[in-house]
Amino acid sequence: MPSSPETISIALTVNGEALTLEADPSDRLLDVLRYRLGLTGTKEGCGEGECGACTVLLDGVPVNSCLVPAWQARGRSVETVEAVAPASLRPMLESGATQCGACTPGVVVCADWIRKHPELLERHPMRELMAGNLCRCTGYDGIIDGLRIAIEEDDECAS
Amino acid sequence: MRVLTPTTLDEARRAYAESPDAVPMGGGTDLLVHWPSHVERHAGTYLDLSGVAELRAMRWTDDALELGAMTTYWDVQRDDRVWDELPLLTHAARQVGAVQIQTRGTWAGNIANGSPAADGVPVLMVYDATVTLGSASGTRDVKLDSFYTGYKQTVMKAGELIERISVPRRHDPAAERPTTFERFEKVGTRAAQSIAKVGVAVVRQDSGWRVVASSVAPFVMRCPTVEALLDSGSPLGSPDDLLTAIRGDVKPIDDLRSTAAYRERVLARVLFSLVKEERAQR
Amino acid sequence: MNRLEGLSKLTGAERYVDDLDVPGCLWGMTVRSPAPRGRIRAVRFDKLIDWSEFVVVAHRDIPGANEVRLIELDQPVLAGESVRHVHEAVVLIAHESREMVRRAVRAVTVEIDPDPPALDFRVDPTPEQIQHGDDNALSRLLIEKGDVEAALASADHVIEGVYETGAQEHVYIEPQGMLASVEDGVVVVRGSMQCPYYVLNALTHALGRDESQVRVIQSATGGGFGGKEDYPSNIAVHAALLALKANRPVKIVYDRDEDMAATTKRHPSRVRHRTGIDAHGKLVAQDIDVLLDAGAYVTLSPVVLSRGIIHAAGPYACPNVRIRGLARLTNSVPYGAFRGFGAPQTQFANERHMDVIARTIGLDPVELRRRNLIRDGDQTSTGQMITDGTDRVGLLERALGDAEVELKRSEHASFNGASPHLRRGIGLSTVYHGGGFTGAGEVYLASKMHVAGLPDGRVEVRSANTEMGQGTTTIFTQLAAERCGLAPESIVIATPDTSRVPNSGPTVASRTAMVVGRLVEDACDDLKRVVGLDADAHGKALSDAIREWCAARPDEEPVGKAQYVKPPHVEWDEETYRGDAYATFAWAVCVAEVEVDLRTYESRVIDFLSLQEIGRVLNPTLARGQIQGGTVQAIGWALSENCNWRDGAMANNQLTNYIIPTAADVPPIRVEFVENPYEYGGGGAKGIGELPMDGPAPAVANAIADAVGASADAIPLTPERLMAMIPDAQLA
Repeated sequence: MPSSPETISIALTVNGEALTLEADPSDRLLDVLRYRLGLTGTKEGCGEGECGACTVLLDGVPVNSCLVPAWQARGRSVETVEAVAPASLRPMLESGATQCGACTPGVVVCADWIRKHPELLERHPMRELMAGNLCRCTGYDGIIDGLRIAIEEDDECAS
Repeated sequence: MRVLTPTTLDEARRAYAESPDAVPMGGGTDLLVHWPSHVERHAGTYLDLSGVAELRAMRWTDDALELGAMTTYWDVQRDDRVWDELPLLTHAARQVGAVQIQTRGTWAGNIANGSPAADGVPVLMVYDATVTLGSASGTRDVKLDSFYTGYKQTVMKAGELIERISVPRRHDPAAERPTTFERFEKVGTRAAQSIAKVGVAVVRQDSGWRVVASSVAPFVMRCPTVEALLDSGSPLGSPDDLLTAIRGDVKPIDDLRSTAAYRERVLARVLFSLVKEERAQR
Repeated sequence: MNRLEGLSKLTGAERYVDDLDVPGCLWGMTVRSPAPRGRIRAVRFDKLIDWSEFVVVAHRDIPGANEVRLIELDQPVLAGESVRHVHEAVVLIAHESREMVRRAVRAVTVEIDPDPPALDFRVDPTPEQIQHGDDNALSRLLIEKGDVEAALASADHVIEGVYETGAQEHVYIEPQGMLASVEDGVVVVRGSMQCPYYVLNALTHALGRDESQVRVIQSATGGGFGGKEDYPSNIAVHAALLALKANRPVKIVYDRDEDMAATTKRHPSRVRHRTGIDAHGKLVAQDIDVLLDAGAYVTLSPVVLSRGIIHAAGPYACPNVRIRGLARLTNSVPYGAFRGFGAPQTQFANERHMDVIARTIGLDPVELRRRNLIRDGDQTSTGQMITDGTDRVGLLERALGDAEVELKRSEHASFNGASPHLRRGIGLSTVYHGGGFTGAGEVYLASKMHVAGLPDGRVEVRSANTEMGQGTTTIFTQLAAERCGLAPESIVIATPDTSRVPNSGPTVASRTAMVVGRLVEDACDDLKRVVGLDADAHGKALSDAIREWCAARPDEEPVGKAQYVKPPHVEWDEETYRGDAYATFAWAVCVAEVEVDLRTYESRVIDFLSLQEIGRVLNPTLARGQIQGGTVQAIGWALSENCNWRDGAMANNQLTNYIIPTAADVPPIRVEFVENPYEYGGGGAKGIGELPMDGPAPAVANAIADAVGASADAIPLTPERLMAMIPDAQLA
């Protein structure tokens, strides 16, 4: 942890829980999640907003938490991979969406968001919406197939 | 580090006047890159604009689409009317990075940052956007195509913030659309998450062509020589026929992403192909 | 069977080294050389910093040998008198605050008296650039069969070609990292790695300790691809040195830009072909020169060169072959293992050359391969007779049919005629990959496996082979469950911890399922023997016997053991480089369809078929995932992954400027399998991990050549490069 004496107070909601925490002003949202709240599911893959391994939902939309200053999350709602229901992950487990797992939390957050807003697919191809999550292991088919199957199942359940 | 967190536009203007060396922070998608390594930035003063509600608003008037300083690329994509009326805005927005960047990156930040490879600026410029600059001393409007004076040099004065971007609507929404040809072509390093190697936005209406190029000069700019050539109606047999005019307007360079030779040749070829398409459909 | 640790990864519960929170842990970082070659005149510490707050380690602090133990001992742990590449490690610094360490690293200046660096592997070094032997050759190898010069002299056609491949950065999404601590006098290192025993050997050597005083534990590893085969030893020793000096745990996790710039990459290559063809389109002579850029230290270059030259002539029958290999030292950041390990480089050259040959003599590239693909009874370039029963021509025909090559060719003809600026083409490659270590390598490794019975009747597999996403945990569980007749829930895979598992060899060379998986089975059989049963015992009888054995001997445990035994009829002569280079080969056919935009010279793959024969497919989902991932990685290598160099180091060391494919850049990758179980492989499997890397690049290059007629002989075939080949391609 940075040892600067000045800290700031940030009140925000994380995974549905309202809390106030002390952070260093130079903390990123990623640092707060991983090192202050111990939510290590969100990963740092590049620190430059390219790989998407740090993806969380901020006020309901996906962002790279490595590019969000912690103080810009004040008063906002953050959802991490830890908030995604494990039972909902079965299609991705079966389709081979994860191999080494490093990109996986970011993939899951973005995919879960798409799954909950399938109307987005009327205008945006699935691969466009997932293009901000780099994966080096799967070649992407396991991820795209798993998400497609999940959405189809949701559709069947609904009808 | 000091963080100034105004909640109204007035507060923001005053705070910036009091701390002119503060760095305005919009979505942070440029300033936060490699943040931990940039230790020298950790002691700065930042003006956080994300808490100013007036700067978030995006609204339609009879004459214009007004984007607030904090309007993001994603905000624009969520508005059905933009897809229909000002399609180049959504087309460009979809090609900025990826979703995670689009939900945070702002059009105003893209303008203020002044990157020659900006994605938002070319389409705003080709749509003849106007930027409203505000400070503690008042506001003024500047056409976007007069906004840049050099590499990362703008007409902005100390204490000025971009508060609004106005994109003129080009027709009465109730009437039929006039014949307009509009395209934005971004040649990136890959299909997403890429910085433009060459960008070109074109609009042709009865009044003539507007051509804006990015990544081929120190700043995003109109190409008046090319526009004049196209407006003259001269026949174009090959992309080479555009080169003299292109060289009159832009000067691409070699860098980590591409080469001057590639940029110049591809700009000519893409323009040639667009002009041919437009002339064929006329 | 689903990936066993899949849910843990999907929920974010899996803990990688940076997720491990250790009280009192310090952050470590590295001060590096700014110059590609020279003598260290001084290391200056800025006086504005209170250095007493920091832990500082330099080469003098190394208790054992200042050498990174690998094949040779030429690479120092920390540079002492001189440096051989930009980013070479010189000083290590640790502090409680990561921010403070960052500031401190910037406050140390390494002053170098420069010497002339050798930066272009393609030219002979000048006398001042010699740093190894008398010509900077780190390794030279030769394969000879028949009389290549005589055959070339009498051939109906002789076709030459030169092919180049660029470096490739692994971009495992989890950067490299290690956590070292001293626990009861034992140096314990946890971290991201492929080979715990390589790390152990490096630690004992550099720290001057024996194995009982060092312990290495693999943590969940977020991708490796060879990038975490040898390099982790460097970081492990660095972290251990800091931990010993600080007497506190130390964690080193590389920033992405540091990882890209300072760690290993795929060896760049230049391969020259001179090929003799007879009037029937049959190969009569293959004369091949393979040149690799090895970088500043030996690392694994001799073995990369070895695998490269063995695969250089391709899966074809040719009576006269000469392959000369040279790995040359340069003052570039050292190159290392990367999936395929030399074979993708040489097969890119060979498969491009096959198409060039075909076009030159007026034969369809498919037909040329049809006539020359190795049949059972034919010999490879090293004189290995292939007898595995795989119908390789049948694989080719099947791939052609499933990829609809004929139909697409005719569709492309009309599409290309009609489209103002798009051109489509189709290309293929036929490739192979030997499983396991080359030649006598597996015998030399003498891998060991333990499978223990637990008091509750379950079975624990103890191996040093690591899970890095390729499926080790699941595959070993399947094999053990099948062999023991137990449910998967009754199988435990021990964490690779050198204090608990024997050395089953490194997780490389496509050996995990094929070679080590077989040891899992053998050790299961031995466990049965230990508890008094026959080899065909299984199920409840086995778990009951284990429980009874344990109950009767409370202080002991039944451990089944196995050690690698070379399959019969595998003979290799290291001196003459002749014989059975690998126990078996796996085979693949790749068909790529591309679309080139003549306005921008961009190429994109719009369809891809990969047909693989990898023995028995143990887990279709995992196998398919391996092939799809390797294919996309190879497409990136072929089209977009370009390294920009400055002084032998990567200048574009950010993910924004080193371009790997996103989901939007590649089509769905179609994978098909033809099974031919391999008798000596675990579960009948052959090696799978690297073969996917061999075929796609030449298939894509061949497709681009088909689409636009360019001599697609160097990769990455970026738009800028393609433009230089076809600058005036007509726009309609």
